[in-house]
Amino acid sequence: MDSLDTLARWRTAQIAGVLVIALLALAAPLRAAEDDQIIRKEAWSFTGPFGIYDRAQLQRGFLVYQEVCASCHGMHYLHYRNLSEAGGPEFPEAAAKVVAASVEVEDGPDDQGEMYMRPGRLSDAFVSPFQNDQEARVANNGALPPDLSLMAKARPDGVNYLYSMLTGYADAPADVSMAEGMYYNTAFAGHQIAMPPPLFDDSIEYTDGTPPTIDNYAKDVTAFMMWAAEPKLEERHRVGFRVMIYLIIVAGLLYVAKRRVWSRGAH
Amino acid sequence: MAHKSNYVPQSAFEKWLDERLPVVRLMKDQFIDFPTPRNLNYWWTFGGILIFCLIAQMMTGIVLAMHYVANESMAFESIEHIMRNVNWGWLIRYTHAVGASMFFAAAYLHMFRGLYYGSYKAPREILWILGVVILLLMIATSFMGYSLPWGQMSFWAVTVITNLFSSFDSVIPGLGTRIVQWVWGGFSVGNPTLNRLFSLHYLLPFMIAGVVILHIWALHVPGNNNPTGIDVKRSSEAMPFHPYYTIKDGFALAVFAIVFAAFVFYAPNYLGHSDNYIPADPLVTPTHIVPEWYFLPFYAILRAIPSKLFGVIAMFGAIMVLFVVPWLDSSPIRSLRYRPMLKLFFWAFVVTCVALGYLGAMPPDGIYLLSARLGTFYYFAFFLVVLPVVGRIETPTQMPGSITEDIMSKERRRRAALEGGAPAGAPAAPEKR
Ligand code: HEC
Ligand code: HEM
Repeated sequence: MDSLDTLARWRTAQIAGVLVIALLALAAPLRAAEDDQIIRKEAWSFTGPFGIYDRAQLQRGFLVYQEVCASCHGMHYLHYRNLSEAGGPEFPEAAAKVVAASVEVEDGPDDQGEMYMRPGRLSDAFVSPFQNDQEARVANNGALPPDLSLMAKARPDGVNYLYSMLTGYADAPADVSMAEGMYYNTAFAGHQIAMPPPLFDDSIEYTDGTPPTIDNYAKDVTAFMMWAAEPKLEERHRVGFRVMIYLIIVAGLLYVAKRRVWSRGAH
Repeated sequence: MAHKSNYVPQSAFEKWLDERLPVVRLMKDQFIDFPTPRNLNYWWTFGGILIFCLIAQMMTGIVLAMHYVANESMAFESIEHIMRNVNWGWLIRYTHAVGASMFFAAAYLHMFRGLYYGSYKAPREILWILGVVILLLMIATSFMGYSLPWGQMSFWAVTVITNLFSSFDSVIPGLGTRIVQWVWGGFSVGNPTLNRLFSLHYLLPFMIAGVVILHIWALHVPGNNNPTGIDVKRSSEAMPFHPYYTIKDGFALAVFAIVFAAFVFYAPNYLGHSDNYIPADPLVTPTHIVPEWYFLPFYAILRAIPSKLFGVIAMFGAIMVLFVVPWLDSSPIRSLRYRPMLKLFFWAFVVTCVALGYLGAMPPDGIYLLSARLGTFYYFAFFLVVLPVVGRIETPTQMPGSITEDIMSKERRRRAALEGGAPAGAPAAPEKR
């Protein structure tokens, strides 16, 4: 069982591997964004096998969400407790409690059978700005601001798209006629978006020295949306590394064992 | 391969059991001693890998079902609950989702192996047919599974595929509509539809497991085919399954697991569609409705045919034709190693399948549509024309007389190569011995 034979076997194994990957890679072109959407690629701290979130960035991103986006968009899969959990913005628990207490949550019925309002707790889900879709539409010229909890996974090339869209507002080219109440955006599909430009330089105060620019706001809130969509990413990367090492060792041992066993029986 | 049982009960209990229910004997004979051709290559490891896939899907699926809620207004949320709040929920769910893709990748390679080495030929026709039954069940299972998160793609895939039945309206007016409403359990895709999809998605894997048992039974009667396609003629051409093939399959499985894990941990959503993270909305149709990658070749065939009814027939026909492959191939020679002409057609067929997969994801117009039509034509021509005709006209290459002869000639060539390309049989220089 040596050289040539082994080589041939390895080649077969390699072909098998390449085929599996080629078959799987087939899925890739399906999710390319529409051709005329301008998507800028940004370097993110959380991509790659060892990627982790940048805590300070998530904290700034939460600030942007809270001060700007939250007036129109909910994030109802997040709970206030998540803000202080490991692998996220990791605010001190006291800070998360303050955030929670700043909203009113409907609870009940009490022992009189009445529903009542109380300050939010850590265990509550993020309160959405509108009671229902209809109310949201009325407040936004008929357009519906979608929930942002999963937005980073709900668009092709999620984070790069979001960043490009938030920084993609521009004056409409002369030959484009804009519909009533729509804004020109280079990244949005169809280029006409009903969301007014949400970010302006210097509109939110950063206390950690990060320049308060549209670009930074967009980047930070995008990272925050990524965490909201994928709160277990750090754990996944961490566990993944151990599993890969383990599997590679097991495969190596099995390969050696296989050669041993076969060299005994082959002759 | 019927072989003599080597099992000797070791204890009084084993003897007692063996006389009443010889399961231990069955296991020993079929999975330890089972004589397996010694020349199987790594393409033969995918059967074992598929068993692993099936078990992995069932185990992760059962855990998911403990937390999943099959209700149109709660399904999507319950998946997010699993991803966020259930301990290790993200791992279970991503393993199950990626696992479906890995399962199909392995099954397709397993089938191409069968086609290449002529494993469908006598006496393995039933084995092959059971494989096709498994494939059909797998397709149904994963289609139903994909609907369960009730995201946009789930909802619209169910809508598009169930609507295919309405093509029967062009045979008997009203028939298709009746069938569609019966399948939906109402006048549109809704809660009753989701509930039955979940029920069947839980049921079918157990049916697959049953058919897999028959599949392995049908394998163990004639025994494995092998890369030469020549039957095992002497006992020295076979080796006991354990430890030789348990260790080889084990190694292949570990390599497969590395690819599997790379997707689960580093690109869990790569094979999915971003629209499925948007909750189902009957009022908003996604711009492109595309199925999962493993259905794309069939989807391309469906759309390549201008008539809806014939498109549906062609799509199902693409799988049904596999049932009769053992009788379409007119050559008695199994392995394509010795069939140079069919080998070329075979690789063209593989390329066609991959190309159809690509085309299934592209809009059905212009050059894409034309290519998909050509691909569909070749897909069927391969089975219906090439297989029957080539066997009659090609000249096979020289075949070894037996597995042993094949191994020996390989060995001779190996030696010759090791000895610096000296012709076989020439005495090697002593210092190289
Ligand atoms: C004045 C209300 C308002 C504010 C403030 C607002 N949005 Fe929006 N947003 C909307 C509306 C309305 C839409 C729907 C746009 C459409 O469908 O054309 C929308 C859509 C979106 C979308 C979906 C785009 C797509 O691809 O479909 C994202 C992402 C988004 N907003 C992010 C944000 C972020 C991040 C912020 C904070 C920086 C923010 N929005 C602030 C109203 C708002
Ligand atoms: C759940 C899916 C399946 C499982 C678990 C499974 C399992 C197995 C196993 C364990 C073997 C023996 C090892 C090997 O040859 O790789 C085998 C052989 C075989 N399978 Fe499958 N299989 C599955 C699906 C299929 C499908 C879809 C087909 C084709 C239609 C198929 C056709 C065959 C054939 C022809 C053989 C004999 C190969 C030979 O001996 O050369 N199988 N299968």
